[in-house]
Amino acid sequence: MNARVPGSAADYLGAFRRISGILPGQHLDWLRQARAEAIGRFSQQGFPTLHDEDWKYTSVASIEKGRFNILPTASDNLLAPQVALHALPDSHLLVFVNGRLDPGLSRPGRLPPGTVLSSLAYQLEQDQDWPEDTLVTYPPASPFADLNLAFMADGAYVRLPPEAALAAPIQLLFITSEANLAVQPRNLLVAGAGSSASIVEQHVALGESSYFTNTVTDILVGSGATLEHHKVQQESPAAFHIATVNVSQAAKSRFTSTSFALGARLARTGIAVKFQAEDAHCTLDGLYLSDGRQHVDHHTWIDHQKPRCTSRELYKGILNGASRAVFNGRVVVHPDAQGSDAQQTNHNLLLSENAEIDTKPQLEIWADDVKCSHGATVGQLDEDQVYYLRARGIGEASARVILTRAFAKEIIDRVGPLSLQERLDQLLQHKLPRQ
Amino acid sequence: MLDIRNLHVSVDGKPILKGLDLSVKAGEVHAIMGPNGSGKSTLAHVLAGREGYVVSSGEILYQGSNLLELNVEERAQQGILLAFQYPVEIPGVANVYFLKAALNALRRHRGLPELDAIDFLALIRNKLKQMEMDESLLYRPVNQGFSGGEKKRNEILQMVLLEPTLALLDESDSGLDIDALKVVAAGINGLRSPQRAIVLVTHYQRLLDYVVPDKVHVLADGRIARSGGRELAIELERTGYGTPADHPGRQAATP
Ligand SMILES: Nc1ncnc2c1ncn2[C@@H]1O[C@H](COP(=O)(O)OP(=O)(O)OP(=O)(O)O)[C@@H](O)[C@H]1O
Ligand SMILES: [Mg+2]
Repeated sequence: MNARVPGSAADYLGAFRRISGILPGQHLDWLRQARAEAIGRFSQQGFPTLHDEDWKYTSVASIEKGRFNILPTASDNLLAPQVALHALPDSHLLVFVNGRLDPGLSRPGRLPPGTVLSSLAYQLEQDQDWPEDTLVTYPPASPFADLNLAFMADGAYVRLPPEAALAAPIQLLFITSEANLAVQPRNLLVAGAGSSASIVEQHVALGESSYFTNTVTDILVGSGATLEHHKVQQESPAAFHIATVNVSQAAKSRFTSTSFALGARLARTGIAVKFQAEDAHCTLDGLYLSDGRQHVDHHTWIDHQKPRCTSRELYKGILNGASRAVFNGRVVVHPDAQGSDAQQTNHNLLLSENAEIDTKPQLEIWADDVKCSHGATVGQLDEDQVYYLRARGIGEASARVILTRAFAKEIIDRVGPLSLQERLDQLLQHKLPRQ
Repeated sequence: MLDIRNLHVSVDGKPILKGLDLSVKAGEVHAIMGPNGSGKSTLAHVLAGREGYVVSSGEILYQGSNLLELNVEERAQQGILLAFQYPVEIPGVANVYFLKAALNALRRHRGLPELDAIDFLALIRNKLKQMEMDESLLYRPVNQGFSGGEKKRNEILQMVLLEPTLALLDESDSGLDIDALKVVAAGINGLRSPQRAIVLVTHYQRLLDYVVPDKVHVLADGRIARSGGRELAIELERTGYGTPADHPGRQAATP
């Protein structure tokens, strides 16, 4: 007899059997079946371990051991001021509380005709013939993506009609207030041909409790479209955050992603971009700040399947305390993808002797006419710069804060919406070690 | 104001200053000349308090007290300013932010209220005009991508902004065109006062035509080899430094 470990994969299977009837979209045959297959795979495979190449540096044993509730116990009455704390002044705002859309707190505002900004649960319930391939990808990105597919209950649904251009950012604000909850949002962002928009996906907590966010965001960028996706992770210091972002780009599309990892005890963000057609471009930027015993992991994967696509990556990390960060940048250039151009850079600032970074480029080039470069640095602040500031009367501690902030600012300055730039700048000032 | 006695300094175990004596009084301008690698910048950095320089013997008195007890920022707060031979580039920090932080650090130390953005901008615009610098340099990262001359002007801009008691200018005239040289010289002359002292490190007599020094010294092989009035600079321009004094069989070139 196998002992049942609390929180093990088998427990999720049990929970699935109890509650799958009430999940949205169960009237869709393909979805009902896909959910069943996903939980089946997950309960067989279980959580990834350090033996899985993709999870070599990130142990999720603490998530496996945790006992998380699948359903929120009661709807939390959030006050508008708590939302106002995080809402950007100019955004089209959707607020999700403990994983479910809260229409009362949301403020979608006026959108160009034909634009849909809605809840995934609502859309699934409405729609009789939802295209299967928008939500189900084989093979799944990871066991966590399977877990999400099985349990996804809500999330954002954004559809931009062709040529729509949004001036203000769309903000998807996920607020978790309930301890020990497994929140599994699913977002679907579809940018029609020639459209342009910025979408902010932000994860925040009320309080400092432990919970588990397992989010999946699928992004389809239509031909000639320009889409920005800014992910801001500010989970509670005791929370677990696993995010999967799947991007599919059509011809001549431009996609920009920035990932800010500022909170959580354990955070992992995986971003996979597939160039499905020629002449597309993506920029993946990120900034991670870690302190104490935090663990923050970014895995990016850019799949150059078609000719003449370009990709640029700049990830920066500031590590303090006994924290640990992982950056793994995978770039695959397929045999047909001539004229591909990929650049990857990862810079890390180690502010403490006990902090640790694992940075690894992973280039798999199968075409000849390609430009590919990568570079990683791990270091401390430049002592000549510290000296220069001090030689002008600026105290050593302030000099170090100024330089650390400057290091991070490069990423913040790349964020499109100015209101978000300002917000991130403030967040950074609070977060940076005072030394 | 500044009294250096028998100063011995080494860097990474290599002796560089070997018994240097120098005395500068308030109100004076001193020029230090000397061959490449003789230790001029080393002296400037030791005075500014840079780490990594080992003072094995000798003493430095600034305004009567032991300078070596103060760290870098304390020296700056007490009025020492070193204009760098090689100004440091700081990507990500706007020049205007840096200048304001520096001025306010000094003001805080002196018990004066900090200047807000508006007052600071009014002040710095004036100083920019004085230095004939383009305002766009305020909003660029500190020294990053500045031309050689712009970097030097930016150092002198900091000097006229921070109004040091003891200014150490390490080759602030190198790489300047003739108009820039006049602007920099005017900046230095504007700072001259009975309460202040200025030490200029330079390779060229040219600057000294505009900023007339009270004394000229030759630093060679870690020591002050010769001292004199401004005519010494004119003579050196003609004759050069000659062979180092410790070269076997030769004397330093003294006609
Ligand atoms: N970290 C170091 N390790 C070893 N030698 C050093 C170090 N720093 C400086 N030196 C040496 O000390 C000597 C004096 O250097 P310094 O920069 O003071 O010369 P300088 O008189 O300013 O020359 P220049 O006129 O070229 O500016 C040089 O020989 C230099 O190579
Ligand atoms: Mg020098």
